[in-house]
Amino acid sequence: MNLQAIVAALPTYLAGAALTLQLLVAALLLGGAAALPLALARGAASRWVHGPVWAFTYVIRGTPLLVQLFLLYYGLAQFEAVRSSALWPWLRSPAFCALAAFAINTCAYTTEILHGTLRAVPAGEVEAARALGMSPLTTLRRIVLPSALRRALPAYGNEVVLMLHGTALASVVTLHELTGAAREFNSVHYLPFEAFITAAVFYGLITAALVALFHAAERRWLMPMQGR
Amino acid sequence: MLHGYGPSLLQGAALTLSVAGASLLLALALGLVGATARLSRSALASRLALAYTTLVRGVPDLVLMLLIFYGGQMALNELGDRLGFSYIDVDPYLAGVLTMGFIFGAYVAEVLRGAILAVPAGQAEAAQAFGFTRVQVLWRIVGPQMLRHALPGLSNNWLVMLKSTAIVSVIGLSDLSNRAAQAAGATGKPFVFYAAVGLAYLAFTSLSELGFAWLRRRLMVGQTVGQVR
Amino acid sequence: MQRRLLPALAATLIALGALSVPAATWAQAPDWKTIRIGVEGAYPPFSEVGPDGKLKGFDIDMAMALCAQMKAQCTLVQQEWDGMIPALQSRKFDAIIASMAATDERRKVVGFSDKYYNTPARLVAKAGAALAATPEGLKGKRIGVQRSTIHDRFVTDTFKASEIVRYGKADEVYLDLAAGRIDVAMGDSVAIDGGLLKKPQGKGFAFFGPSYNDEKYFGSGSSIAVRKADTALADRFSVAIKAIRADGNYKKIQDRYFDFDVYGDAK
Repeated sequence: MNLQAIVAALPTYLAGAALTLQLLVAALLLGGAAALPLALARGAASRWVHGPVWAFTYVIRGTPLLVQLFLLYYGLAQFEAVRSSALWPWLRSPAFCALAAFAINTCAYTTEILHGTLRAVPAGEVEAARALGMSPLTTLRRIVLPSALRRALPAYGNEVVLMLHGTALASVVTLHELTGAAREFNSVHYLPFEAFITAAVFYGLITAALVALFHAAERRWLMPMQGR
Repeated sequence: MLHGYGPSLLQGAALTLSVAGASLLLALALGLVGATARLSRSALASRLALAYTTLVRGVPDLVLMLLIFYGGQMALNELGDRLGFSYIDVDPYLAGVLTMGFIFGAYVAEVLRGAILAVPAGQAEAAQAFGFTRVQVLWRIVGPQMLRHALPGLSNNWLVMLKSTAIVSVIGLSDLSNRAAQAAGATGKPFVFYAAVGLAYLAFTSLSELGFAWLRRRLMVGQTVGQVR
Repeated sequence: MQRRLLPALAATLIALGALSVPAATWAQAPDWKTIRIGVEGAYPPFSEVGPDGKLKGFDIDMAMALCAQMKAQCTLVQQEWDGMIPALQSRKFDAIIASMAATDERRKVVGFSDKYYNTPARLVAKAGAALAATPEGLKGKRIGVQRSTIHDRFVTDTFKASEIVRYGKADEVYLDLAAGRIDVAMGDSVAIDGGLLKKPQGKGFAFFGPSYNDEKYFGSGSSIAVRKADTALADRFSVAIKAIRADGNYKKIQDRYFDFDVYGDAK
């Protein structure tokens, strides 16, 4: 194990880890923000409302993230119309394309998670709220959402870890996040073991931190609710 | 429409399904071992299994794949050197299957562990009272019942694995995504090919869902439980 | 029915496990009667996968011709460029025929045969972009290269004021150049010609700047790489290359792809 080479490359790895975290947080914020209204729409009675949302989550969850990324990055650039449109300065950037692909992907999965937990809120609680004269919006805000969001914590924690793993794909479209740093190292030094074990250690640490974060969140918000 | 790359894509699709299928079998085997190890009385087995699942779930598939693909062969070579024979060759397909099977074995182990725990403890106790050995308990009593609880998790894992095979293209296996990349580069029309690949995967996942729905109906015969989903 | 399901499942799993063992084969003593050759399959016109899914190109034809000359049975193994040398070292194959230039840096880790072709590297950009091939002239520009190639090393060391963007495959470089995501690309002149300029998406692009073949970066020509210990194999390849050049086989293969001499000056 060539420790010297690894230590010399640590700055690149740290820079890569920073980019990984930036991509992760930005994707989660964008995707998560959009997921809430979409989850509500997904549960709507009208087929015109829940149909498109269902189609969206079905397609995104049924195709690999890598293919979605390639479609966005290489696929769209194929068309002259796209290249001369107002969106091009954005779509031109690999970072934007990767972020967009990750955000869309996590949005679809989070929508399904929230949809599930929204449906699982005991009907009795909702009925009681309406009986007390709460408007639909108030019911949502004070009864349904707190319950649904807390119940979603375990599954959402899982989704966050999976999205962290997903960011590794950004290296395939020229970005120098953590996996990109490892591949760079490997291509210069021809030391695959050292290159990828270092990256694995970084990812492991970040994952451990995320898991601990979600455990703490569950202890604070979910367990009191479940009376454990 | 596909500029003549149709046959190449079909070959890629066949390879994708083949890798996913073979990996599933390996993952089931490893998962069973992992789950029983986690639940065994031996602290060593339990810790090893925990280390296995933690490692796999803590590191991205892509990184693990790159590590196992190169490092695995090197380790095998070391072993070969030490034991005296020249070397054992691991062909790319086998390497891909071993990698995917190893990764998803950990996820399957978690699902099976949950499923085994979901079977009422009384069943195992009664069986042991009758003199069944631990293996027989697993095989004939807990096992079959566990399958019902495992099905949603296993179906989920299958779908994830099917989509993950796309990552194998990055390490050079000529699967569907790799063939699409080649065609895209050669023709300069990436959209056409990646859209086609997306549709193919959608078809695979849809068919898989139908298959699992059928399996669920068959395994749930006689059960009156609520919605498992 | 369920009582038999579990044993049947287990039996299948064990059987499959047993079946996978024969796939691991034993090594052959180095008499080189069978050789596994690593190729890229993503570097037209030297190495690519056709619509029928089969490998084709100058590198491929060279490999087959050399093996026929050496009276050896060859299998081609497709490998991503990034992992070429690590794969060679972990014995996934015994030789690399993938337009790999023999540079001093690479000689530190692998051995090389004599060259089998040598074409210069060039810069390419939009025609009429009026760019100067100097560090100041390309300041702030985005230069695309394939990762881990001689072109990668060269632009990284030379154009320090430019942003270097690295791709896994040459095709990806051309796609992004055509899309305008990078301003300049550097690669082998013949590869760029065949992979980009001669294609519809390459319209409006042209070479600029000089032909580069400084040995320090660009080595002594594309050669066949082998593990350092296998000098005998490298020598056999060198002998075979000389032989097919002498008996006209080389020219026959060359004419299929190029209307000029790619071998370069005899060194």
